[in-house]
Amino acid sequence: MIRRIVDFFGDEAHARQRRRLFYLVLVLVVIADFVVPRESTDYLWERLPGWSAAYGFFSCVVLIFVSKFLGHRAGLMRREDYYE
Amino acid sequence: MSDFVHPGLLFILGSLPIPFLKGSARKAYLLLIPALAILAVLTMRPGSYGAASFLGQDILLARVDKLSLVFATVFSIMALIGTVYALHLTRAGQHVAAFVYVGSALGVVFAGDYLTLYLFWEAMAFASAYLVFAQGGGPAIRAGFRYLMVHVTGGLVLFGGIILHGLGTGSMLFGPIESAASAGTYLILAGFLLNAAVPPLNAWLTDAYPEATVTGAVFMSAFTTKTAVYVLARAFPGTELLVWLGTIMAIYGVIYAVLENDCRRLLAYHIVSQVGYMVAGIGIGTEMAVNGAASHAFAHILYKALLFMGAGAVIQVTGRRKLTELGGLYKAMPLTVALYMVGALAISAFPFFSGFVTKSMVIAAAGQDHRALVMLALTMASSGTFLHTGLKLPYYMFFGTDRKLEAREPPRNMLVAMGMAAVLCIGIGVFPQPLYALLPYPVDFQPYTGQHVTESLGLLMFTALGFVLFLKALDPENTISLDTDWFYRKGARAFMWLAQRPLARYEQAVSSVSETVVLPFLHGAARTGLRIDLSGVDGVVNGVARSILRGGATLRRLQTGVVTQYALAMIAGVIAAVVVFTVVWR
Repeated sequence: MIRRIVDFFGDEAHARQRRRLFYLVLVLVVIADFVVPRESTDYLWERLPGWSAAYGFFSCVVLIFVSKFLGHRAGLMRREDYYE
Repeated sequence: MSDFVHPGLLFILGSLPIPFLKGSARKAYLLLIPALAILAVLTMRPGSYGAASFLGQDILLARVDKLSLVFATVFSIMALIGTVYALHLTRAGQHVAAFVYVGSALGVVFAGDYLTLYLFWEAMAFASAYLVFAQGGGPAIRAGFRYLMVHVTGGLVLFGGIILHGLGTGSMLFGPIESAASAGTYLILAGFLLNAAVPPLNAWLTDAYPEATVTGAVFMSAFTTKTAVYVLARAFPGTELLVWLGTIMAIYGVIYAVLENDCRRLLAYHIVSQVGYMVAGIGIGTEMAVNGAASHAFAHILYKALLFMGAGAVIQVTGRRKLTELGGLYKAMPLTVALYMVGALAISAFPFFSGFVTKSMVIAAAGQDHRALVMLALTMASSGTFLHTGLKLPYYMFFGTDRKLEAREPPRNMLVAMGMAAVLCIGIGVFPQPLYALLPYPVDFQPYTGQHVTESLGLLMFTALGFVLFLKALDPENTISLDTDWFYRKGARAFMWLAQRPLARYEQAVSSVSETVVLPFLHGAARTGLRIDLSGVDGVVNGVARSILRGGATLRRLQTGVVTQYALAMIAGVIAAVVVFTVVWR
């Protein structure tokens, strides 16, 4: 069973199914966030449905590009023999 | 005393017979000690044990309360898992070092006074350094020495702080530090922060852990930083500085993780990030926040060990550690993939995995304490955690480009250890109540609300969307990243340069001056001296000697050997003396 699940995520043959499933999950998650009862509303964003999805995507993009900027432009990334 | 067995001493003393045991007897023994330790912790009752007096100071070998019990419980469970993972090792050294390391960590957790704490603190540094040295080879040995140097320095800072604090307060007992900020307090805090790998004192961790042995890194990922979290929770709850250091740490770790190419170094940066949540929780200092920090440490030890075990398994079977050289292993090692992913989902705080019920407690505590910025930053770090450990690392290690590597599942004991950790990661996620019951304060927190579940899934799944869209930007690169270890690695080089260039040149210049100027002068002076000696002094000496010789020869001619003549000469002498005395003296 485990092998089949792992293969589903690895094999090229399942790429289309994988992508469809992924987009389906994304849509369902956003819909769920709109219908779920909101108990904790101390902060503005906790009252906004779909906020966490937007913030997750934003965080991911910010982290990738800020890090790569620091790595390439600010010189944090060096050749492997830098300390040799 | 009879109802208390110190689990730390159980490990330390229990490590002694390991070299003398062989084969399955040793394996059974190796499993027995952690099992006994778990039993000892579970049957322990709160109280103080082993109080004594040493050099006029109160010593308390073990203080058992709820806070120390949470950490002791997970430490002894982790020791069992780590030992199972390392069971195939035939050489005794690493087993002994791991036991001493675990025992010392438990010693710190129970220590009731600073001297006991310091002793175990140092033992921990040396025992864990062995796990790096045992890897062998230049890079590991150099990293091991750097690791040791940093920890010895940190230990000295801590020791200085302990002395100052002891002199200031008159007590060596270890507890919450409430006195006003003093030099001693700051030194103790700095010593603790170093072991917690708080930037800029973090680089020892990400430098050394990836160089350790496959099994050693699993132990290291669990104990050093978490003992530091424990002592911070004990001594500095509610320290405002820690909130900000912790928040910065959480982001710092994920930023570096983007750049990293070494699979275990990437995971090491996530230790920095995750310990950030705990440090921030301790800094917030409310009951819920400290509960969150303690429970997150508990969950973290298990899932992080699981991740290190997964990456270790890959290194064990392929001999490779760089993401640029790995890929396509899922066919050969599906069980490792599945077990690794349990750890990845747990660290990412997916619902029904352990991180979900612990990390959210810290974030919720930040929210209750009206710290919106901390809350947002920690949530962003959660996104980064899933991005790397849940997506990037498994993608490039197990899927991605098929590098046609020869691989198979790792030895059975490694899989069993990973399975044990995975069961606990899911168990805690599904049934958090037993963990909550262990925590230092009563828990009034419900992780499974509809809102929390959808929010978490939204955050994580849209992080995944970002990953899919920007996959190309995340391709690992064949580089290393500069961290704060730059200062002492390049600093040491500058020192060596100073020693080898200017200092050596100065030494050379001095010796060449002495060779070209001083020595000829000395030679000349010596020659002149010799000449004066030969012609002048010797002349005088020789002249005197010749005169004496000549006089002697003349005198010799006067000696006849006839007694009467000698007697006559004596009488003449006496008369002459009398004459001289009477004439001249008068």
